[in-house]
Amino acid sequence: MTDTLNETMGAIGRPLRRKEDARLVTGNTNWTDNIQLPGTLHMAFLRSSIAHAKITHIDTSAAKAAEGVVHVYTGADFPGQPGSTCVWPVTDDIVLSHYPVICEDEVKYVGDVVAVVIATEKYLATDALDLIDVDYEVLPAVVDMEAALAEGSPLVHSDKGTNHCYTAPVPFGGNYAEVKAKADVVVTRRFINQRLIPTTMEPRAVVAAPMGMTDEITLWTATQVPHVLRVLLALLTGIPENNLRVVAPDVGGGFGGKLQIYREEVLAVLLAKKLGRPIKWTETRSESILTMHHGRDQIQDIEIAATSDGQILGMQVHLLADMGAYLQIITPGTPLLGMFMYSGIYKMEALDFKCTGVYTNKTPTDAYRGAGRPEATFAVERIVDELAAELGMDPMELRKKNWIKHEEFPYTTVEGLTYDTGNYEAATARALELFGMEELRAEQAVRRASGDPVQLGIGISTFTEMCGLAPSRTLGALKYVAGGWEHCTIRALPTGKIELVTGTSPHGQGHATAWSQIASDIIGVPVEDIEVIYGDTGRSPYGMDTYGSRSLAVGGQAIKAAGERLVEKARIIAAHQLEVSPDDIEFNAGTYSVKGDPEKATTIQAIAFEAFTAHNLPDGVEPTLSGEATVDPMDFSYPHGTHLAAMEVDTETGKVKLRKYVAVDDCGVQINPMIVEGQVHGGLAQGIGQAMYEGAEYDSNGNLLTASMGDYLIPSSADLPSFITDRTVTPSSTHPLGTKGIGEAGAIASTPAIVNGVVDAIRHLGVNDVLMPTSPQNVYRALQAANKGGAA
Amino acid sequence: MIPSAFDYVKATTVDEAVAALVAAGEDAKILGGGQSLLPVLRLRLNAPSTIVDISNVAEIRTITDEGSSLLIGAGVTTDEVANNALVKAHAPLLSMTAETVADRAIRHRGTFGGSCAHADPAGDLPTAAAALDCEFVIAGPGGRRTVSAADFFVDFFTTAVGPDEVLVAVRVPKTDGWGAHYEKFNRTAQAWAIVGVAALVKVDGGVITDARVALTNMGPKPIRATSVEAALKGQPATADAIKAAAASAADGTKPTSDVHADAEFRSHLARVLTGRAVATAAGV
Repeated sequence: MTDTLNETMGAIGRPLRRKEDARLVTGNTNWTDNIQLPGTLHMAFLRSSIAHAKITHIDTSAAKAAEGVVHVYTGADFPGQPGSTCVWPVTDDIVLSHYPVICEDEVKYVGDVVAVVIATEKYLATDALDLIDVDYEVLPAVVDMEAALAEGSPLVHSDKGTNHCYTAPVPFGGNYAEVKAKADVVVTRRFINQRLIPTTMEPRAVVAAPMGMTDEITLWTATQVPHVLRVLLALLTGIPENNLRVVAPDVGGGFGGKLQIYREEVLAVLLAKKLGRPIKWTETRSESILTMHHGRDQIQDIEIAATSDGQILGMQVHLLADMGAYLQIITPGTPLLGMFMYSGIYKMEALDFKCTGVYTNKTPTDAYRGAGRPEATFAVERIVDELAAELGMDPMELRKKNWIKHEEFPYTTVEGLTYDTGNYEAATARALELFGMEELRAEQAVRRASGDPVQLGIGISTFTEMCGLAPSRTLGALKYVAGGWEHCTIRALPTGKIELVTGTSPHGQGHATAWSQIASDIIGVPVEDIEVIYGDTGRSPYGMDTYGSRSLAVGGQAIKAAGERLVEKARIIAAHQLEVSPDDIEFNAGTYSVKGDPEKATTIQAIAFEAFTAHNLPDGVEPTLSGEATVDPMDFSYPHGTHLAAMEVDTETGKVKLRKYVAVDDCGVQINPMIVEGQVHGGLAQGIGQAMYEGAEYDSNGNLLTASMGDYLIPSSADLPSFITDRTVTPSSTHPLGTKGIGEAGAIASTPAIVNGVVDAIRHLGVNDVLMPTSPQNVYRALQAANKGGAA
Repeated sequence: MIPSAFDYVKATTVDEAVAALVAAGEDAKILGGGQSLLPVLRLRLNAPSTIVDISNVAEIRTITDEGSSLLIGAGVTTDEVANNALVKAHAPLLSMTAETVADRAIRHRGTFGGSCAHADPAGDLPTAAAALDCEFVIAGPGGRRTVSAADFFVDFFTTAVGPDEVLVAVRVPKTDGWGAHYEKFNRTAQAWAIVGVAALVKVDGGVITDARVALTNMGPKPIRATSVEAALKGQPATADAIKAAAASAADGTKPTSDVHADAEFRSHLARVLTGRAVATAAGV
C-alpha cells in the first residue's frame, strides 16, 4: 500500500528559476566550440558516401599539399586502432565488431570515416577534403533486417560469416505456451518502432590539447559521460588514465546521442598527443544527422493472450533490433533495457521475451531518450488497445482491470522486478478529470455518425518505466561492464560557501539548481551559496555521469548521504565549541543549538571557519569540513503516469492533428517542479515527434534519405498544443528522498498515446494500425488498405 | 557546414549588378536575402566563384501602384509581401501565400524575387505568381525585358533569367473582385509544401465566371491546372460542382516521389486540396 502525498518543505519542492539558464540561453558560456586555444589545428573528416564498399585506392597527396594542411591521415596510419567499443556484450556468443578509428580497407555505412585532414583553419581543412581521391569497389549493402538474416545475404562483416549479432532469449516468469493454450483471445501484431535521429541543439564538438607541463591530455567534449569516456579512452588509446582529463563543459542536449565514445573523440586525443598541439572539431548538422548514433529501429512481433472477460494472461515479445554497422557503447544492450518493461503496469502470468540483434550497413544505433523502454511501452500500450478492440471493451476499463492496484505495492512483476510504489488509479483519475473524456467521446460519436471528413480519436497511455540503473551487482549480472553507483562530495569553504561536487554530468537538466536545493535542505545553507561542480574528471573525479534518468534517482542519494556526513562532522565540532555532548546538539536549518537552551547556538558557516583555522577542534577531528559519499542504490525507481491524447485525423488527406494532450506524471517527490515541468514538455515533444513526424529512412542502397532537417522533421512549438500537465506524488520507498525520475517519461509515454489516438479515430473505417510516423501518407495508405479489406 | 571561398561584390544599382555578373562570367550567383543561396553554399551543393549581393539595391526594394497592377521589387521581403496594404488589398492571394512561407525569421530575410528566381518546385510564391499571371522584369547587358509567368518558370531551379541577368521586379495584375486562397499542405509549420494550391475565383450571381488554379510541387515548376480552370467556368459555386471540377487537378502533372509523399499520393492530395482551395476562394 502506498500513500500519495502533495506536501513540500524547505528548498525541495520549490519551482526555483534555474541558476544556469542565463548563460545557457545567451550562449555566453563555455560551449566546447567556444573554446579557443592558441595553436589549434582543425580536423575535417572525409566520410564515405557509399554504404558498403572496399577502399581499393586512396591518394591524399594533393590534399597534403594544399594550403594550411598539416597532415592527412588514413586508416593505414592507425592499423587496428578502435574508434569506439561496446561495454555491454549481452550474450556469451555475441558477434562483436571492430569499429576502426579510420576505415582501413572497407566502409560499412554512409558517413564512415575514410580520412581526416588536419589544417590550420577549419575552412582549409574542409577545402582539402575535396582533394582526396578515393576509389571504391562497391559491395552490396545490407539494409533490411529480415533480409540480412536470410540465407545468402551479403554480409556487413564478411569475416564474421553472419549478420546475426546475438539472440537473447530471456527466461522470464511463467510459461507463455501454457497460458496461450488456455486463453480465449490471442491478438498478434507487428509494430515497427522506426529509426530515430537524436537531434541535439548543440552538435558534437571536441577540443583535445596537450597541457604542456605534464603528460596530461585534456579533452573537452560535448558528452554526457566524461567519466566513462575517460576510462574508455585510456583503454582504447593506451594513454594512461592518469594522463587523461575529460571535461564536459556546458553541453547543449544529449538525449543519449552523447552517451557514447566516438571515433572523433579518440582521434582528437591521439592526434593532440602525436602532434603536440590542440585539435578541434565541431560537426556540421549534416554530419550529426549521419553519424551521431541513431536510436530505436526495432521490428516488434507482439502477442497478447487474454480471457474473454479481459484478464490478461501473458505476452510474447519477439524483437529484431537493428545494430547498424558496428556495436558502440551499449548498442546491443539498448533493446534489452526495455525487456523488463513489456508487461508495463499490468499483472500477467507469463512473458516470453526474445531479442535478436542484426548488423546492417547503416549508422550504428544506441541509446536514445528512454533507450528500450519507449519501444517496450509502445508495444504494450498499443497491443492492449488492440486487445480492447478485439474484446469490444473500453480500453481504459481493460487497463483498470489488469493494472497493479495501489494497495498491491510493492509488486513483483512477471519480469521479476519489484515495483516499490505506485498509484495508477490516482494518476488516471486526475488525467480523466483534466481531459474531459465524456465530452470528447460524445464528439467522436457525432463525427462518426455524420461521416465527418475529420474524425476524432482518443489515445491512452498508462505507463511506467524504470529509472536509475542500479544496483551495480544487478548490472553485473546483466553483463553490463560498468557499475550503477554515484558519488558526491560537499565541501564547506572557510567563508561558509559550499562546493558540491557531483559525478552526474548535466546537459540541460538543471543539476546546478536542483542539487543546490537538495543540499540546501540537508545542510541548511542558502541555495545561492552552493556551487555545483560537475562534468570534469579533474574537478569531480568520481562519477557515472548522466543517462537513463539516473542523475536524481542515483546521484540524489549521494548528495543526501554526503550532506548528512558533513552535518554529522560539524555536529561534533559544534558540540565541542558549545561545550556539550554531540547528543545534546540539535541541528535545524543550518543552526546547531543545545537542546533545551536554544540561545546557545552556532551556525554551520561558523563551524566551517573553525574547521578551516583548526585552532580549536576536538581531539581526533581532522581539519576542514566536508562530507563525501558514494552510493549504490537499493533498486531502480518506477515513475508512472497516465497520458491522454485527442487526435484529429483528416480522412481525405491523412493529416493528423494533435488537438489536446493531458499528461499526469508521478515521479515521486519533486525537487523542483518547474524543472520537472520542463522535462515533461521536452519529453512529450520528442515522443510526439516519433509518433507523428520523425523517422530515418534509407533507400535500398543504404543511403540516408532523411539527411537534412528539411526531410527529417522534428516538431517545433508551432506544431504542438499547449500541454495540460499535472502530477500526483507517490514517493519512492527505495529512494531516501522519495524521488524517482522524470527525464524520459514524456518520451516514453506519449508515443503510444498519439498512435492509439490516431488508430482510434479511424478504427471504424477498418484500420487497426498506422505506421510511425503517422504522416499523411502513412495514414492515407492505412485507409486505402482498409478500403481494400487489407487491414492487418 | 562551410562554404567554399568566393569573390564578393556588393552592388548598389541594377546596372552595377549586371556589370558584376558580366565580369564574373557564368560562374556567378546573385545574393538577395540569402535564404536559398546560403544553405546551398554551406552544404557545398554549389560553389560559385563570385557572389553578387543585390540586397542594397534601392530600386528593387519598393512596391509601386501602377493602376491595374502592382510592381513589386524583386528585393521586397516575403514578410513585406505578406503585410503590405497594397498587396493585401489588390493581390491577396500573394499576401496570404507569403504568410505560409517558412517562419517569421526567414520571411524577414527572404525575398519575393529571390523565391521566384530560385524556382524551387516546392516554393509557394512562384505558384501564386503563376496563378496571378505575373510578369517578370529582367535586366541584362542589353537592357530590360518582360517575361510572362508561363515563360519565366522553365524547369527545376531554372528560370528565364540568364546568367548575366538580374530579376528586377514582378508585375502583379490586380485581382480586385476575385476570391483568393492558397492551400498549403505540409507536415510541420516550417516545412516545405508537399503540395500547394493557389486558387483565384470570380463568382457572379452564384456562378463561377472565371478561375485560375496553380499547383506547387506537382512537377518541375508551378503548374496551371488548366483542365480544372476550364471545368469550373460556368459551374455553380457549390461544393459538389467544385469537387467534380477538382477531380482533374492532377491531370498532366509530373509530381516527384520523396520521403514525404510518393507521386500517387501527391496526385490524390492535389485533387483534394484543389477542391478545398477553390471552395474557400469562392466562399463556399
